[in-house]
Amino acid sequence: MTASPALPLPALAIRGLQKRYGPVQAVAGIDLTVARGECFGLLGPNGAGKTTTIEICEGLTEADAGEVSILGLTHREHAAEIRERIGISLQETQLTEKLTVEETIALFHSFYRRRRPIAEVIAAVQLGEKRTARVGQLSGGQKQRLALACALVGDPDLFFLDEPTTGLDPQSRRQLWDLITGFKAEGRTIVITTHYMDEAEHLCDRVAIVDHGKVIALGTPRQLIAMLGSEHVVEFALDGLLVDESELIGLPGVTGVSRSDHRYQLDVTHVHRTIPALLAHLKARQSVIAELTTHTATLEDVFVHLTGRHLRDG
Amino acid sequence: MADARPRGEDTPRTWREYPIVQLTLARYREFYREPEAMFWTFVFPLLMAAGLGVAFRSRPPEVIPIALVQELAGTSAAATALSKERQLDLRTVSDSTGRRLLRTGKVALLVVPTDSQAVEFRFDNTRPEAVTARRIVDDALQRGRGRTDPVAVGEDIVTDRGSRYIDFLVPGLLGMNLMSSSMWGIGFSVVDQRRKRLLKRFVATPMSRPQYLASFVLARLSLLVIEVAFLVGMGALVFDVPVRGSLLALGVVSLLGTLAFGGLGLLVAARPKTVEAASGMMNFSMLPMWVLSGVFFSSSNFPDAIQPFIQALPLTALNDALRANMLEGAGFLQLAGELGIMAAWLLATFPIALKIFRWQ
Ligand SMILES: Nc1ncnc2c1ncn2[C@@H]1O[C@H](COP(=O)(O)OP(=O)(O)O)[C@@H](O)[C@H]1O
Ligand SMILES: [Mg+2]
Repeated sequence: MTASPALPLPALAIRGLQKRYGPVQAVAGIDLTVARGECFGLLGPNGAGKTTTIEICEGLTEADAGEVSILGLTHREHAAEIRERIGISLQETQLTEKLTVEETIALFHSFYRRRRPIAEVIAAVQLGEKRTARVGQLSGGQKQRLALACALVGDPDLFFLDEPTTGLDPQSRRQLWDLITGFKAEGRTIVITTHYMDEAEHLCDRVAIVDHGKVIALGTPRQLIAMLGSEHVVEFALDGLLVDESELIGLPGVTGVSRSDHRYQLDVTHVHRTIPALLAHLKARQSVIAELTTHTATLEDVFVHLTGRHLRDG
Repeated sequence: MADARPRGEDTPRTWREYPIVQLTLARYREFYREPEAMFWTFVFPLLMAAGLGVAFRSRPPEVIPIALVQELAGTSAAATALSKERQLDLRTVSDSTGRRLLRTGKVALLVVPTDSQAVEFRFDNTRPEAVTARRIVDDALQRGRGRTDPVAVGEDIVTDRGSRYIDFLVPGLLGMNLMSSSMWGIGFSVVDQRRKRLLKRFVATPMSRPQYLASFVLARLSLLVIEVAFLVGMGALVFDVPVRGSLLALGVVSLLGTLAFGGLGLLVAARPKTVEAASGMMNFSMLPMWVLSGVFFSSSNFPDAIQPFIQALPLTALNDALRANMLEGAGFLQLAGELGIMAAWLLATFPIALKIFRWQ
C-alpha cells in the first residue's frame, strides 16, 4: 500500500495496547485502525477486554502500554478537544431518575461547545412523546435511546458505544440499530462493542473478534464467515456412542469439524450433499442422533471455529 | 484532505445553556423531587423546635406541694403562717402519712413541729423544688413569729424575648440544620452519582469538574433562602423569637455557613463509593459539632483547654454569628471573626475536595 498525502487520518488508531488488572491481562496487545465514517464492531464474549479497550479510547482508563490516537489527537495532549468530539455510552450508566428526558439532554447539551438543538436530538431518538417523562419511568430501550441522545447532543464525529443493546427486547434492539445506522449515514464514525453476532453482522462494516484481550480475527463480516471455507453449518448431538472428528472431516462437503462433549458442529459447503452422507455414516456406526439443525454460517460460527467456545459462554 | 465532517463554529449560548446553570438546576430538581429531603430540611427542625420549646417553655412559678405534720404543739400557728404563702400547697397530715407522701414524691417537703418553739424540715436536698420550698417555709415561719428583715427587697421578674431558652435554641437549630442539610444533601447525591457511574459518564464529556462540584454548593444557596426564611419566620411567628440584626447580615452569615458546609460536604464525599461509607464519614465529621458547637447548650460549658478547637469549628462560628445577629442585633463588624472562620473552611476544603475527588 502506498502512502498517499491525501489519505485522511483515521478516526481511531490503536497500537500495542495493553492493560492488566492484578493477575488478569484484560488487554493483551491490541492493534486496530478504524477509518472515518466506518462502523466498527468489537465482538467477543464477556471478559474479553472490550470494555477496557473502549474505555482506554475514551480516556477513562489509563493503558499500561500502547498508543491511542483519536481523530489524529492523543489524550495526553488533547484531552479536552477529544472530549468535545466523541460521544459515548458506557456499559452501565444509570442517568438521574429524578430528571426528565428533556432536562437530562439539556444538561449534557450544556457541556459542549458545538451543540445540536435539543428538540432535534429528541426527535432523532424518537423520545418526543416521553419528553417530559422522568428517566425513572422509561423502559430499558427508551433509557438506551436517551443515553444515545446524550452522546449525540454534542454533535460528535466519533461514537463509542459499549454494549448499547445488551438486555433489550428484539424490537428495542432493532430500533437502536436503526438509530446507529442513521448516525453512520450522517458521516459519523462508530465503534461499538457487542456479544451479539447478529448485531455485529447487521451494523458493522468491519468486525474485530476479541478473546482474552487479543484480536483473533479482523475483517468484514463476509470475510470472516468466508474464513470458514463454507457458508453453512450443520450442528448435531449424539446420544450414547460418540464418533471421532477425524471420521467426519472426510464426509462430502465438510470443511471443518468442532466438538464439545456430545455436540458437533460441521462447517459445510453444500448441506444437501453432507446430510445424507452424515446420516448414513452415523447409522453404520450405530450412533443415535438426538438433535440435528442446519443454518447459514454466522460470526458466532467463526468464533466457535476459532476458539471452540460459544460467545455466550463467557 | 478536508475533514469528512468539518467542525463549524461554536454554537452560541443563551444564559440557560451554560453548564453551571444546567448543573445547578439539576441539583435543585433532584432535591425538590425527593420528598424525604424536603421533610428533613424543613419539617424536622420545626418539630424539634416545637418539642424543645414546649419542654423548656417559660412558665409561671409552680405551686409546690408540702405537708405539715399534725402535732400537739405549734401546729396551728405554723399552719396559719404557711397557708398564706401562694407558692405552697399545704396539707396537714399524720406523721406516717407525711413520711409516705415524701417518700413517693407527692410532697416536696415535710414540716415536723418538734415542740412549740422548733420545727424540723424533712426533704431531699437534690430536688430543686424541695430546696425552694424549704426557703419559703423557713421565711414564712420566721416572719410569722415576728422576724423583721433588715433589707427591703423588691422583685422584678425577667421574661424578656431574647433571653429565654427558646431564643437560644432557634438560632442553634437553624445552624445545625444548615450543616446537616448541606452535608447530607451533597454527600448522598455525590456518592449516589458515583455508584451509578454517572460521574464517570460526566468526565468523558467536556464538563468542567470545578463547575460540577460548585453546582452542589450553588444549589444549596438557592435552597438556603427558603430554609432560613422558613425557620426564622416560624421561630418569630410561633415562638416570638426576635430578629434584631439586619436581614442582610443574617443572609450573609447563613450564606457563608452553607458555603463552609458545602465545602466540607464535598470533601467528605470526595472518595467513598458506598452510601454506607459516606454516612459513617458524615456522622464522624458532624458529631463533634453537634456536641461542642453550642446547638442545645452554650459551648462555653466546655473546658478552656479545648475552646480554641471549638471556636475554630464552622458550626460554632455559624451558631455564634446567628445568635449575635438575631438576639443582639450584631452587624458585620462584630461578626467579622465568625465570617472569616467560615470563609476559611470553604477555601480550605473545596480545592482539596476537587483534588482528591474520585470520579469513577
Ligand atoms: N476495574 C477492574 N478491576 C479489576 N479487573 C477488571 C476491571 N475491569 C475489568 N477487569 C477484568 O478485565 C477483564 C476484561 O474485562 P472487560 O474489559 O470488562 O471485558 P468485556 O467488556 O469484554 O466483558 C475481565 O476479566 C474483568 O474481570
Ligand atoms: Mg464490557
